[in-house]
Amino acid sequence: MRANLILGLIGSVFTLVLLFELLRRKHLREKYAVLWVAVSLLTLAVAAFPQTIYFLSDLIGVEVPVNLLFFVASMLLLGISVHHSYELGRLEDRTRALAEEVALLRLGLEHPETNREATLQADDWSVSDHQDR
Amino acid sequence: MVLPALNEARSVGSVVRDVRDRCPDYDVLVVDDGSTDETAKRASEAGAMVCSLPFNLGVGGAMRAAYKFALRHGYDVVVQVDADGQHDPAYIHKLVDGLADVDLVVGARFAGIGEYRAAFARRLAMRLLASVLSRLADVRLTDVTSGFRAAGPRCIELFALHYPAEYLGDTVESLVIALRTGCSIDQMPVEMRTRSYGAPSQSAFRATLYLARAVAALSLALVRQWPVPEEIRDAELPESQGHHE
Repeated sequence: MRANLILGLIGSVFTLVLLFELLRRKHLREKYAVLWVAVSLLTLAVAAFPQTIYFLSDLIGVEVPVNLLFFVASMLLLGISVHHSYELGRLEDRTRALAEEVALLRLGLEHPETNREATLQADDWSVSDHQDR
Repeated sequence: MVLPALNEARSVGSVVRDVRDRCPDYDVLVVDDGSTDETAKRASEAGAMVCSLPFNLGVGGAMRAAYKFALRHGYDVVVQVDADGQHDPAYIHKLVDGLADVDLVVGARFAGIGEYRAAFARRLAMRLLASVLSRLADVRLTDVTSGFRAAGPRCIELFALHYPAEYLGDTVESLVIALRTGCSIDQMPVEMRTRSYGAPSQSAFRATLYLARAVAALSLALVRQWPVPEEIRDAELPESQGHHE
């Protein structure tokens, strides 16, 4: 029992300190930090009051309480990975739009004669946002 | 006239010259898709405008850049020609003439003229795609993966917004998008030349992979949403608006 408490404490306190440091150095955006702070606070709570896990698994009908913990943890990690893939895809869309713009701007610089007829439309610039499904 | 090119330094120059000889009244734009060789240099020596993407985006990315260019500069017609020399510029006028009735004309390899051999799984994939798209289009389409095509004003506006970057998106998915947003499509039979160099990938494994990806791309394109500005949806069939080509 002591070991659980100590491990949980070390884990979550370490995570919190790391997050704080990353935020302080501006390596981590707040919107992502919120999630991890929540996770480490939850870990802390479970480590401090393991009864909550026993109570919950009893309630749902899970025989070995630690399985509930593993299940929740793995679902959480899966969810976060999927979210990251989503963000990555969005970033790729935006880089693609930017690359196209850069290439077209460079073309405009090299062939100034084509600019004469160019009409930049405001809505044309927000292509990437159209695609943020 | 747009030629998407990736590392085609050996052929791009002659293709550009060929196209310019045949169609002197067209502007030729080569979209250099992050090539590491002298594609851009050769193309501009041959007299084309060159749009160099800073890194490789795939044919879809290159084409969307081209359609954006066409839209912003008020072009009425975009003709897409492969830079490897397999598309015969002699057919360009034929494709463009077809735009009088529809929004997008595809140059098809199997439609009577021209010879083309492909692995079994690949042929199967192409037939499957062709039959699904033909049903959607209400027109018999036989070669939906052809990169030889002409687009009218409605399609230009549409493709400047949505030209898929994924593999196969540049051909199959873009046709689905055009159809689902109410553009009309037709095909013209064209003869393909053998490539100036290099061989298309033909191993059985690759062909099967191609089949799977084609089906995936097709089904995704069918269920995705393609928001379009209302003016495109409501626009009438293309009529020449006095812009240059």
